[in-house]
Amino acid sequence: MARVLLTRLNKKYDETHAVKDVNLEIRDREFVVLVGPSGCGKTTTLRMVAGLEEITSGEIRIDERVVNDLPPMDRDIAMVFQNYALYPHMSVYDNMAFGLKMRKFARDEIEKRVRQAADILGIQALLARRPRQLSGGQRQRVALGRAIVRHPRVFLFDEPLSNLDAKLRVQMRVELKRLHHRLETTAIYVTHDQVEAMTLGDRVVVMKDGLVQQVGEPLELYGLPANLFVASFIGSPAMNFAEVAVAESHGVLWAEAAGLRIRIPPKKQAALARYAGQRVTLGVRPEALRVATGADAADHAFDSTVEVVEPLGNEILLDVRAGANLIVARVDPATRVKVQERVRLALDPERLHFFDAKTEAAI
Amino acid sequence: MIEGAKWRKWLWFYLPLAMFILGLLFPFYWMVVTTLRPDGELYRPWNHAQYAPFWTSDPTLDHVKNLIQETLFGVWMWNTMLIALVATLISLLCGVIAGYALARLRFRYAGLLGTGIFITYLVPQTLLFIPLAEIIRNYRIGDTPWALILTYPTFLIPFCTWLMMGYFKTIPKELEECARIDGATRWQAMLYIIFPIAVPGILSAGIFAFTLSWNEFIYALVFLSSPEQKTVPVGVVSELIRGDVFYWGPLMAGALLGSIPVAFVYSFFVEHYVAGMTGSVKG
Repeated sequence: MARVLLTRLNKKYDETHAVKDVNLEIRDREFVVLVGPSGCGKTTTLRMVAGLEEITSGEIRIDERVVNDLPPMDRDIAMVFQNYALYPHMSVYDNMAFGLKMRKFARDEIEKRVRQAADILGIQALLARRPRQLSGGQRQRVALGRAIVRHPRVFLFDEPLSNLDAKLRVQMRVELKRLHHRLETTAIYVTHDQVEAMTLGDRVVVMKDGLVQQVGEPLELYGLPANLFVASFIGSPAMNFAEVAVAESHGVLWAEAAGLRIRIPPKKQAALARYAGQRVTLGVRPEALRVATGADAADHAFDSTVEVVEPLGNEILLDVRAGANLIVARVDPATRVKVQERVRLALDPERLHFFDAKTEAAI
Repeated sequence: MIEGAKWRKWLWFYLPLAMFILGLLFPFYWMVVTTLRPDGELYRPWNHAQYAPFWTSDPTLDHVKNLIQETLFGVWMWNTMLIALVATLISLLCGVIAGYALARLRFRYAGLLGTGIFITYLVPQTLLFIPLAEIIRNYRIGDTPWALILTYPTFLIPFCTWLMMGYFKTIPKELEECARIDGATRWQAMLYIIFPIAVPGILSAGIFAFTLSWNEFIYALVFLSSPEQKTVPVGVVSELIRGDVFYWGPLMAGALLGSIPVAFVYSFFVEHYVAGMTGSVKG
């Protein structure tokens, strides 16, 4: 059990500044996910916490202790790697026991812990095998087992599920979550998959170009993205964006673009007042759109042409064109529309997002 | 169609393969036949009625007896074995550690150093033996096994280093990182994780180094002079070719017996050696 504190953490390689001034507190027993596109610095941050990467500047504390100069072995952490990193010349049992042997645990204690971990993960039958005789999912379990036998203070996960096929990934995701509830160990998890981030994290840290974009609970990131990048990264299908002009008429602000004229909801009026006459980016999630009925107010609806229909069973994704903008709408599965048909879409005014066109920050 | 395919396979696969094998094995065959052939048959002119160069009707072990009793062949074998083994061990030790450092540790000029080591390997021995002879004379180790034990590593270490560097690079870095997180120091991670995985690479480097030292000729010829210090390749040639007289029987017997240990080493480690050449196991 431990708290991890990153303070103004930086990593510079010869020419790239991989991690820039990261400040982050990971609370005791918390499951924090670092997510972002490749090259955003998330893995480098994790490796610095692990002690595998030198810190250019800044500080890492585990509990109250500064660990900057501690070798990995003295940090009391365990790490699960993307390619499992099982020792090929050792049996599953020895793989799991290695960390304990290195730490000079008594033989029966090692045995007890390995059996216990194997029970939790359901790999008792595999203990005598070699890694190459295991399937991908089994290897992943062994890698997890190797981490949990140690009862470390912090778990580090570096994209542990990305080498698994889609079905197994979903299954292991659930198991990881269950495991975390059971073990209650502080965990830092790196992934590029926003679904994994949202489903696993108590809190999610979105990174891009070495900078932390936003830290928050999954629904907070989804509902109140701090900037355009977070808005586009979180959620699938991704949020729709349109360049609009903010125009004032009769004391009310409107967002206008070709084929689009939407009244800005009262809550946002004040914030957008200083953008009157300027351009901003309007964001609306596919699930905030639906096919309009007669009851929908005209100032929260727009006309569009259907270009692609993607029926998924529980929902239908409509790719429509409104003016110059391509928009995805997530609509009721009972909706019957055809390609090239004109359709009127209504949007939920409470779920509109506005972003500064230059800084890309949320307004 | 199927008939045609079979015919093609014979022409393009089995035939070239057979020729290749024949070409490779013929010298060995010739060596064996010459060893077993009595002198009378050996020096029979080509137009003799019973001229039969490719087999013998009257095999004998006279040449082998002659070689062992008349020359210091046993001593040469012992010398060669000792020198090859010690030189190989020294080179392996240095090569494995240097290869690991060049493949894994990030330090300035690592790439440059790797290339530098490779270039030293490219300098031909026929050039190097001249300055080396000077050094050996200065240290007064000429005509002792040390002259070779200490000079063979000059070409074996670069060779082993380069080979091991390539092999270490195929072992995923995460294995070692994981070991270090698991509580191993860098040395322990090397010892318990990386070296056991690198055994095929180490073995093939060792086999090659051993063979190179076993067959080495120039240094052995230049640095050793007394018959009881010589190695097999030099001993056989210098003691069994006298002027323009070639004692073909004992010469071939010496070559045959001399190649047995190498053949034995190869066949013993063949599986590891193939793995070492084709890359490591996947984690």
